[in-house]
Amino acid sequence: MTTLNINGKPHQVDLPADTPLLWALRDHLGLTGTKFGCGMALCGACTVHLDGEPTRACVTPISAAIDKKIVTIEAIDQDATGKKVQEAWLALGVPQCGYCQPGQVMAATALLKQKPQPTDADIDAAMSGNICRCGTYPRIRAAIKQVAGLKKETKS
Amino acid sequence: MKKPLDRPELDELHIVNISRRTFLKELALTGFVLAAGFPLLSKADETAPHTDEAKYGADAMPHGWVDNPLVFVAIADDGAVTIVCHRSEMGQGIRTSLPMVVADELEADWQRVRVEQAPGDEVRYGNQDTDGSRSMRHFFLPMRRVGAAARAMLESAAAAQWQVPVQEVRTEQHQVRHPATGRTLGYGQLAQAAAKLPVPDRDSLRLKKPSEFRYISKGRVGLYDGQDMIKGQGQYGIDVRLEGMLYAVIARPPVYGGKALSYDAGEALKVPGVVRVIELKGSPPPADYNPLGGIAVIARNTWAAIQGREALKIEWDKGPHGSYDSAAYRAELEAAARQPGKVVRNSGDVDAALQGAAKRVSAEYYLPHLAQAPMEPPAATARIVNGQCEVWSCTQAPQVSRERVAKWLKLPEDKVTVYVTLLGGGFGRKSKPDYIIEAALLSQAMDGQPVKLTWTREDDLHHSYFHTVSVERLEAGLDARGKPVAWLHRTVAPTISSTFAPDSKHQMTAELGMGVINVPFAIPNLRVENPEAEAHTRIGWFRSVSNIPHAFAIQSFVAELAAEAGLDPKDYLLDLIGPPRRIDPRTLEDTWNQGESPEVYPVDTGRLRRVTETVAREAGWGRTLPKGRGLGIAAHYSFVTYVAVVVEAAVGEDGSLSIPRVDVAVDCGPQVNPERIRSQIEGACIMGVSLATLGEISFKDGAVVQDNFHTYELTRMDDAPREIRVHLLPATDFDTPLGGVGEPGVPPIAPALCNAIFAATGQRIRQLPIRDQLRKD
Ligand code: FES
Ligand code: FES
Repeated sequence: MTTLNINGKPHQVDLPADTPLLWALRDHLGLTGTKFGCGMALCGACTVHLDGEPTRACVTPISAAIDKKIVTIEAIDQDATGKKVQEAWLALGVPQCGYCQPGQVMAATALLKQKPQPTDADIDAAMSGNICRCGTYPRIRAAIKQVAGLKKETKS
Repeated sequence: MKKPLDRPELDELHIVNISRRTFLKELALTGFVLAAGFPLLSKADETAPHTDEAKYGADAMPHGWVDNPLVFVAIADDGAVTIVCHRSEMGQGIRTSLPMVVADELEADWQRVRVEQAPGDEVRYGNQDTDGSRSMRHFFLPMRRVGAAARAMLESAAAAQWQVPVQEVRTEQHQVRHPATGRTLGYGQLAQAAAKLPVPDRDSLRLKKPSEFRYISKGRVGLYDGQDMIKGQGQYGIDVRLEGMLYAVIARPPVYGGKALSYDAGEALKVPGVVRVIELKGSPPPADYNPLGGIAVIARNTWAAIQGREALKIEWDKGPHGSYDSAAYRAELEAAARQPGKVVRNSGDVDAALQGAAKRVSAEYYLPHLAQAPMEPPAATARIVNGQCEVWSCTQAPQVSRERVAKWLKLPEDKVTVYVTLLGGGFGRKSKPDYIIEAALLSQAMDGQPVKLTWTREDDLHHSYFHTVSVERLEAGLDARGKPVAWLHRTVAPTISSTFAPDSKHQMTAELGMGVINVPFAIPNLRVENPEAEAHTRIGWFRSVSNIPHAFAIQSFVAELAAEAGLDPKDYLLDLIGPPRRIDPRTLEDTWNQGESPEVYPVDTGRLRRVTETVAREAGWGRTLPKGRGLGIAAHYSFVTYVAVVVEAAVGEDGSLSIPRVDVAVDCGPQVNPERIRSQIEGACIMGVSLATLGEISFKDGAVVQDNFHTYELTRMDDAPREIRVHLLPATDFDTPLGGVGEPGVPPIAPALCNAIFAATGQRIRQLPIRDQLRKD
């Protein structure tokens, strides 16, 4: 039995220690907001926070998450920045299919918590690990700037 | 006949979130009123089959359209309005836009509207194939009539209760009012009585005047599923969870047409969590939508299934396509493009005009296979209880899925239900139900136990229905002023038809009609040829399909000719488009015309000119740019929508490429949800950049080379255009026919980008992807 601290509560899973956190969350704990996109830390769909650090759950064995605070998309609205990010996402109509968006919201929240006033280069660095096949990048950038209180990029 | 809201054993399913589930239960108990679930006729059933009368648009689609309010609208006693959406949500916002159309005509308060997704049942709902950029184009009017008919029934019920003539009542935001006496009744209070009234005749309906629209054309209604999506509550195909569910992945033959000769499951079965290993038989050609066969691993979770699959030892027979090699195949296509081929359009005398031309220019363009790669890979969950199969999946084609599952399980169709989840992108991949059939077969092999089948990213890239690969060869004869007097285009590409009839070697009219034969240029001598190409993999739809190679070649070539003639590319393009005229597509040998009526949807060069002029003006065409920067233009007509693009490209000293800005002008007729049109055009722009700069699927020894996003790269935030400006051209009125939106934004991006690179550097890109072609070492 492995005990994981997820969204402020202890959860027990009976899985081999090398099982990626992603599948423990999705298949055993029913937390399907964390998405599978590649399984190789290439797309960011599975981004969660481990002790506040954006982390790819698909390549993080549960053994590496013991004793860490795991936060998933399901609870990010309990964080003031996370909530603001979600509000900005809705206000600017960021999602298309929405599938990558939990990962995008987690990555953007981590960025804004570390750098409340990110530059374009900061945004590129923090967000380029998250693929959006629908192409919502311009709105993601604008939404991050909106949260940061920076001038919104001109968008027709 | 099943009620639209009636999902069996709802409690057991995690497919709807809690609040929605409670709501459905309430509806079932307290008696929702419209949508009473009596057998209903679809338009297709009502109309006796006319064999000789040509049908277009929604009329020509399987099962046509339905506009019966009892099918699409339910009103509860408390006034909660449920609107059924029968098209699949894959990012285009259709679960917002179609119900919004109904709600507008119904004068419903959007805050009190719930959207319910229809299962696959086209006799009941009309066509559900969510592709071809046609959900709004085909269902705008039927959905307006749904809303208007329901409104009329509520008005009649109120008038009867007040004993006043129905002409004296008005509806406004969930209420019927009698202005003369100031009385009002809420929709909830009227629903029971309204449901007992006959559905009014469709010709008697009063549709709103556009000036009365509350939601349509305003772009103010937020995304219905937005909240769920960003909170991780959206239910996608891959998220479905059923009681006692098992998890599966499949090892499929690496080469199309191959099969497992033998396998050893010993090590796989030792992986903790693995339950069983099952062989799935392949199917002989044609590929159709059939599963590819292979060895499935069933486990207690997805990870165990993946680990089990790694441990399988399989000996594969490659079959007839084991030597498919993209480099060699390209040489074959090029050889074919240099020889005459089947003539598919011919005006004037191209050979004589070429002979007599002052100058002859030719160019060859190459575009590789692509995979759609939706962020959510294909996934499906199935179970079979008492001979009844239920499937939950992210599908663009729920009715087709239902038919195919029934066929494979040898069940009558009414014993198969296909529930549609949100789609984490589709782009054409999820039009093919091969993965849904696989899930059903696995559940069957497990005696009906629920099985969720997940495709890994590797599976998705190895076993897509790929976008075709093509060589486009163009030759033009120019007169003394540099204007083309002759145009010869040879297009060579394996056809989608080969997926259904393996011997097909020519593009079908529906592929040729994607911008190659129906090129509306004012050139007196114009011939299009289509030499043979044999397919060695499954060819399928990719967002905007054959428009991609056709637009890339044609719009690049136009800029090449302009450069040859020393003329401005924008002026040159406008000159080729010629004066405004409405061309009957049949005179261009295009008998397909996107399935639409040639009278209602002619090729309108005036509209093509207008988007081109608009985008040039808005982008500041001709503005001075710093060294290493350039503007490129392209215009393309597809899905009966006109799009023109100006890309600004910046190429560094080292050959690094960035895109500071893209302007896109779109004329798609009346705009029902302009906000979502913009987001679709932005997304199409980035998909276009992605395929232009990075996208390539290649084959070696019959199998796909690319495995995951490190080798099949997609555009990311840092390489995306920094700014995309969308300019929507206003339609004259809402009687203008609607154009498509989801796809037509893609085709002009790649040529506009490559034309911009030429303007910036003088380097001409003739093969995609660009990847490191610009790099200076
Ligand atoms: S699924 Fe983890 S990064 Fe793609
Ligand atoms: S919104 Fe669809 S992948 Fe990002």
